[in-house]
Amino acid sequence: MVIGLVAVLVLTLLVFRLPVIESLKLLISGAFGDQFAWSRTAVKACPLLFTGLGMVVAWRAGMYNIGGEGQFVMGGICGAAVAKFVLVGSTAIPGWLGSLVILVACGFGGAAWAWLAAWLFVRRGVAVVISTILLNFVAIQFLGYCVSGPLQQKKQEVPLTDTLPDALMLPKPSPQMDLHFGVVLPVLAALVVFVYLYRTRPGYRLRLVGENADMARANRIDAAKVQIQAMLISGTMCGLAGGVEYIGVAGQLGTDFSQQWGFLGIPVALLGGLHPLFSILSAIVFGALFAGSENLARFTNAGATLVYVIQAVAVLGYVGIKARSDAVKAPVEAG
Amino acid sequence: MEFLPLLQYSAPVALAAMGEVITERGGIINIGLEGSMLVASYFAMLACYVTHNPWIGLGAGVTGALVTTLLFGVFAIYLSADQVVVGSAVNLLALGVTGTLFRSKFGQSGQLLSVPRIGGFHGVDPIMVFMLASAPLLWLLLRKTGWGLAVRACGEYPKAAEAAGFSVSRLRLQSLMVGGFYSGLAGSYLALVIAGSFAENMTAGRGFVAIAMVTFGRWKPQFALIAALLIGCAESLQYKFQTYGWKVPFQMMIALPYIIALIVLVLVGRGANAPGALAQPYRKEK
Repeated sequence: MVIGLVAVLVLTLLVFRLPVIESLKLLISGAFGDQFAWSRTAVKACPLLFTGLGMVVAWRAGMYNIGGEGQFVMGGICGAAVAKFVLVGSTAIPGWLGSLVILVACGFGGAAWAWLAAWLFVRRGVAVVISTILLNFVAIQFLGYCVSGPLQQKKQEVPLTDTLPDALMLPKPSPQMDLHFGVVLPVLAALVVFVYLYRTRPGYRLRLVGENADMARANRIDAAKVQIQAMLISGTMCGLAGGVEYIGVAGQLGTDFSQQWGFLGIPVALLGGLHPLFSILSAIVFGALFAGSENLARFTNAGATLVYVIQAVAVLGYVGIKARSDAVKAPVEAG
Repeated sequence: MEFLPLLQYSAPVALAAMGEVITERGGIINIGLEGSMLVASYFAMLACYVTHNPWIGLGAGVTGALVTTLLFGVFAIYLSADQVVVGSAVNLLALGVTGTLFRSKFGQSGQLLSVPRIGGFHGVDPIMVFMLASAPLLWLLLRKTGWGLAVRACGEYPKAAEAAGFSVSRLRLQSLMVGGFYSGLAGSYLALVIAGSFAENMTAGRGFVAIAMVTFGRWKPQFALIAALLIGCAESLQYKFQTYGWKVPFQMMIALPYIIALIVLVLVGRGANAPGALAQPYRKEK
């Protein structure tokens, strides 16, 4: 996979007529050059891994959740609401507990939003693809309403929430760096998801439902329940992605809170082979590409857009190879 | 708001949505719609910038969208890959390719460029007329022609269509390309009529709005057109409200069509008019 990615990277640079060696140097120094570069890579990989894990769990259960964007946003809104109405100004709660409460609220917000899509699918037969697209729009409009209405900053000048006090932000090893300790959270989550999917009965049931829901039902597994569970976990992960972005990096919400993190989780999960542990790798690779491309943008006309090309080509290549090998293995679709 | 500006404002979503109706009726959900619109916008602007002729721009835009849609089709139809996966990748690819090309040609931030626009007669331009004519035309195409019946069969129950002697792959590709053509018009319209320019990610989710409007319009071209006009109306109301200084959250107005679409889906549920085999890859039995 790594060789393939490097090949795609070099090809992309060639196609856009960028100096290959120079650009590679800039990318690598921007992603791994010094401790600042490493910290940028880690901070970018953090929400990517969370949304990627969300996609792994949902897609493994056969639920094509493309509402990561909406769940991310709703997570952020719930976190900001709790921060504004409960935590800020109250001295009784220590900062670390406050951060934790915000994160829990974020996960809850994402899960609630995903639950809506799951309910629509299980009870009313609405395709998850369609309902999550619709819910993304509703969430983004709701965010626009919140940051210019109930959650707006006290001064009410611009559509932004108040900046969180440092006590509620995730702690940082050094104030100069972007790095925050929240980056360990998605790695822990990946381990938990791995154990859940491959070492527990509910995880086995989830994968079985994703492989063949009819077979699962024939074995007296309540497929609907499993699908709802999968979406709840998925939404929690996407909400947490919003959470670490909110209290780790941004500190406030604006209308541009989500920079496509929800959608970018899809290539992360796919290139991680829909496996939680390999997703750690692919999230780091893409985090590094994003961090490196910031450096590239300083010296050339290329930038983050280049990473999108690499991701897309990698996914298409992966899908193409997989489709061909599947065609060899199973030429006839089962009834 | 007056009617003509509203029509113009809603045209990209309306065109893309009507095309997507045909695509989805054939059983394919083109998640890459956003991407093919964006590619159309870029190449329409580029060709127009080079030749100073908006009609050549339109041709280039539509061609760009057709190529993008074909890429989606090869993966989604001939490789039976998952449509959501391929569509997401196509969107990313379009965003990346247009962004990178735009930056390398017009600079980091993209200078303020302006290209000649497609003119109209008293605010009515030819594409707008074509859009209005498309609703009945596409309805006729779906309901009254053999091709339309065959396409709908591919969307409802592809095995039956195959058994009746049709090639599901070919019909699905054709219906997909009709959608691609309309997405090309939609993207070009955005660049050549509304903006007269290009900006990174200028479609800004309109492709997804169009997919949502197909659902809201119950998979019928005429309703999809009305749905797109309604959402344009809701969005334009926000400026009205601001000028009057009303304290109505305009975001609620914008979110309303999506919420209504969801409620309709909840109420109608499985009995919805959604094509039976929507988004399911079809593998020919050997």
